[in-house]
Amino acid sequence: MSAAILEVEGISQRFGAFQALKGVNVAFEAGRLSAIIGPNGAGKSTFFDIVSGARAPTEGRVRFLGRDLTGQPQHEFARVGIAKSFQITTIFKQLSVHENVRVAAQMRQARYQLLRERTAMHTVIEAADRLLERVGLSALGRRAAGDLAHGQQRCLEVAMALASDPQLLLMDEPTAGMSPEETGVMMGLISSLAKERTVILVEHKMKLVMGICERLVVLHHGEVLAEGSPHEIRNNAEVRRVYLGRR
Amino acid sequence: MNRQFHRLRVPAVLAFLTLFPLVMPYQALAVNILIFGLYAVGFNLLFGYTGMLSFGHAAFFGIGGYLTGIAMLDFAVPWPLAILAGVLCAMLGGGVIGFLAIRTRGIYFSMVTLALGQIVYYGFYKAEGWTGGENGLRGITVAPLHLLGIPIDFLNPLTKYYVILIFVGIALWFVSRVLNSPFGAVMEAIRENEKRAAACGYDVVRTKLLVFVLSAGLCGLAGALRALHLSIVPIDSLHYLQSGQAVMMCLLGGMGTFFGPFVGAAVYLLLEDTLTNLTSHWMGAVGIIFMLCVIFFPKGIWGSVLDWIEGWVVRSPWHPR
Repeated sequence: MSAAILEVEGISQRFGAFQALKGVNVAFEAGRLSAIIGPNGAGKSTFFDIVSGARAPTEGRVRFLGRDLTGQPQHEFARVGIAKSFQITTIFKQLSVHENVRVAAQMRQARYQLLRERTAMHTVIEAADRLLERVGLSALGRRAAGDLAHGQQRCLEVAMALASDPQLLLMDEPTAGMSPEETGVMMGLISSLAKERTVILVEHKMKLVMGICERLVVLHHGEVLAEGSPHEIRNNAEVRRVYLGRR
Repeated sequence: MNRQFHRLRVPAVLAFLTLFPLVMPYQALAVNILIFGLYAVGFNLLFGYTGMLSFGHAAFFGIGGYLTGIAMLDFAVPWPLAILAGVLCAMLGGGVIGFLAIRTRGIYFSMVTLALGQIVYYGFYKAEGWTGGENGLRGITVAPLHLLGIPIDFLNPLTKYYVILIFVGIALWFVSRVLNSPFGAVMEAIRENEKRAAACGYDVVRTKLLVFVLSAGLCGLAGALRALHLSIVPIDSLHYLQSGQAVMMCLLGGMGTFFGPFVGAAVYLLLEDTLTNLTSHWMGAVGIIFMLCVIFFPKGIWGSVLDWIEGWVVRSPWHPR
């Protein structure tokens, strides 16, 4: 077993009287493509918010490469190498497609530089060009990001998440709202990304992740119901009862 | 708008402003437009480019003016250094008010800045010994200066205009540099989507605070120049109506454009100048024109002009497709 890149220990999250997560313990191995699945309201998004730094848990710890990140601001998570694509498309709509990726790509080099020309940062511009090429948006670089079709915006968001060259890529329902063709393209992209870095997906369409993921974690009512290979999950009686049985 | 255009914008604006007083009815109005243009540009950095609507920017305009005046009157500081003192104090004020206000967003941010701006107003109002209270700070005179042997007489309106233009020109160059910089890109990213900016690894709070301080400094410089221009700092400089003016000028000219706030300031002051001669209810007339502009030109006057130019360029036969 290779070393864990992300470890989550005893994470709980309360929203008033409602407990979204109840002492979740789970570790993810480096270099693998994993998915967190579960019915709506299982706590998947809350879990993702916590491991991406958008929310501090009520209890528990988050460790990335052995380093405790609990309670750190979100930009700190991004700087150590955790990137996230959101469930609801989150891009800079009025900026051009290229600028969206370019501003994400400049993060490692320039955050507070007031007097440098952004057009003179050639490595950043080239990195943005490459990322757009990879997600298939090269031809649309000059368009306003808000004018793209939904599927294209999802791809743009992935390019932005990749721009900081993260070790861990978190993707919250990357195919949400996509057509079957777009979904196919996105799943292909995810498989190719998983060859070069650790990827964790959140999905509630179970069929989609069964084929490509190496490991699944099933959340139910804020607890880990089961974890294991797709084969093990498919044959798990508990999972079949709460999840698959309904389909 | 493409980047070549961005590189030319400061020389273009300065060329325009150099000729500007020659077409104005009188020079004092031209000086006013220069000063309020800078005030609106400083405000626009925060509002138009970073998406934070402050209703308390009169505080920095006023602090810049008062502290420049106080430095000259009470400490006999030469005027160029007094301007620097005014700007630094405005930035300090911006740091404090920004630090407190940035914890909130949207309408709450606007209200907190409004409240803190009013605190500054009453503070200066009550500190009569330093500020002259209700009467304002009076008696600021700019000593004649010899620069490289050339006498600079501030009493000559045209000379005054060009001296102030030097300061405004440097400020505009600085603003243009910031907007073209990687930091300017982060500002726009925060305006577009804070969540994404943070997920990209940018410290949203710190970036906002830095913009707030820069914006306060620019507005402070405008206030400082106005103190020299008028020889007095009226207490109204700190009033919330003055804060509202920055918002109006920005919206009128076009928020989030480089030159828009200047156009807004010019239109506002020209309207004021023309209409006050016609009616004592000029505010009402300005209000109606403002509403019409917001309804029919939501991008502002300059924003709409830029759209037309861009549309025309894109349709032109020599535009690369």
